[in-house]
Amino acid sequence: MRWTRKHLLTMRELDASEIVLLVDTAASLQEIATREIKKVPALRGKTIVNLFYEPSTRTRTSFEIAGKWLSADVINFSASGSSTTKGESFIDTAKNIAAMSPDVVIVRHSSAGAAELLARTLPCSIVNAGDGAHEHPTQALLDLLTIREKKAHFDGLHVAIVGDIAHSRVARSDIHGMRKLGVTVTVAGPPTLIPPFVQELGVKVSYRLEDAIRDVDVIMLLRLQHERMTNGLIPSLREYSRYWGLTLDKLAKHARPDVLIMHPGPVNRGIELAPEVADGPYSVILDQVAKGVAVRMGVLLLLAGSKADAP
Amino acid sequence: MAAPVPRFREKTQVLDEAALDRALTRIAHEILEKNGGASDLAFVGLRTRGVTLAQRLAAKIAQIDGATLPVGTLDITLYRDDLGLRGAPVIRGTDIPFSIKNKTVILVDDVLFTGRTVRAALDAIIDLGRPRAIQLAILIDRGHRELPIRPDYVGKNLPTSRRESVAVRLREHDGDDRVVIEEPEEA
Repeated sequence: MRWTRKHLLTMRELDASEIVLLVDTAASLQEIATREIKKVPALRGKTIVNLFYEPSTRTRTSFEIAGKWLSADVINFSASGSSTTKGESFIDTAKNIAAMSPDVVIVRHSSAGAAELLARTLPCSIVNAGDGAHEHPTQALLDLLTIREKKAHFDGLHVAIVGDIAHSRVARSDIHGMRKLGVTVTVAGPPTLIPPFVQELGVKVSYRLEDAIRDVDVIMLLRLQHERMTNGLIPSLREYSRYWGLTLDKLAKHARPDVLIMHPGPVNRGIELAPEVADGPYSVILDQVAKGVAVRMGVLLLLAGSKADAP
Repeated sequence: MAAPVPRFREKTQVLDEAALDRALTRIAHEILEKNGGASDLAFVGLRTRGVTLAQRLAAKIAQIDGATLPVGTLDITLYRDDLGLRGAPVIRGTDIPFSIKNKTVILVDDVLFTGRTVRAALDAIIDLGRPRAIQLAILIDRGHRELPIRPDYVGKNLPTSRRESVAVRLREHDGDDRVVIEEPEEA
């Protein structure tokens, strides 16, 4: 199996064997993080641009570290402090960056479809690092790598994704990736935060946390996006955290003793996740971050380390 | 995309099972002789068949000398000088679970041809630490070097033409132990 795509835009377009190839490649590259000299020459002379129109800690930093460990030159662009503040449009900025001949552009933008728009417009490879509420494929890949390392396989696993499903690109990418690998997925949250017709993605729906976390192998909490509250989708933070916040007590009463707790970050401590759970023995939240670097090395290597001209 | 791979057919057998085993036994003795014993030696095999040969050499040395030498696995894909010319790389991972610092590393591969793989392997090993020395053990040296690289231990020198291919078949991967020269089918 060889990688033939030029871009990584969505989990939805990948087939199971491509997802496994990405996860396997990332798994093999993890060893680099344990070296004294964390650098290999694979992408020497390649230029990678981080084009971020939304704030990000983990994703931007880990793409930057991943590129640097592979010896590529990584340039960070963030919308604040750029000509965007002078009114330059997204596509004009992107074309200007492309004129400087990068090999890969990594893009995050608040509009769904931003990465695909660039893929159609620019000559280089595009990686989607999050587009609106659409997809965030590298997050799904690092979630899959974390789960496989902890559970050794995907067969028969059941994952509950809990929280604001409607506005979460992480949930969408995770659902597509997990369903393709045969993982059972339950999404859970208040009805206002569960998108209509979500069952068509092949997931079960639950409106009660205690039911959703029973007998699952993994509980994936999502960040409650505070700004949603002002839209009247939840009555109050306090009510949300009482019904949907995962505490040690609820975990002990309803979940399996070997359950994994995951969260894509940033965590709202005390809202969707009690601090004792976030820092507790079930939590693999920091493993996810470490795996993020390996996954992004794998993606950059497969995209920039080949001259495939396939779409 | 990668160019279509020509199909090869077997031309001659150059080593059978017994000859291959004798060659490895001799190399094991030469390693011990050259290094004055087995202390501070470590094997690093190149994926895939170099690893198997390294494990066999380690087993021979255990028989002869009683020493258990560590065997590591090296994937040189990230160090290739033709990365990107052959389609997307396939990474299978490096696994060297011991320190190579101040060790004499015996690098093992099945066939030595242009020397480019060994060049990449030398860079890869040195990125992992500073060994005292690196020596090269090869089952088949088929000539046609493009870089100034020579092996310390050779199973068999085999003059070949560039259009031919040398296939080292090992029980663990191919079901039997032998070495054959192959030629393109159109010929």
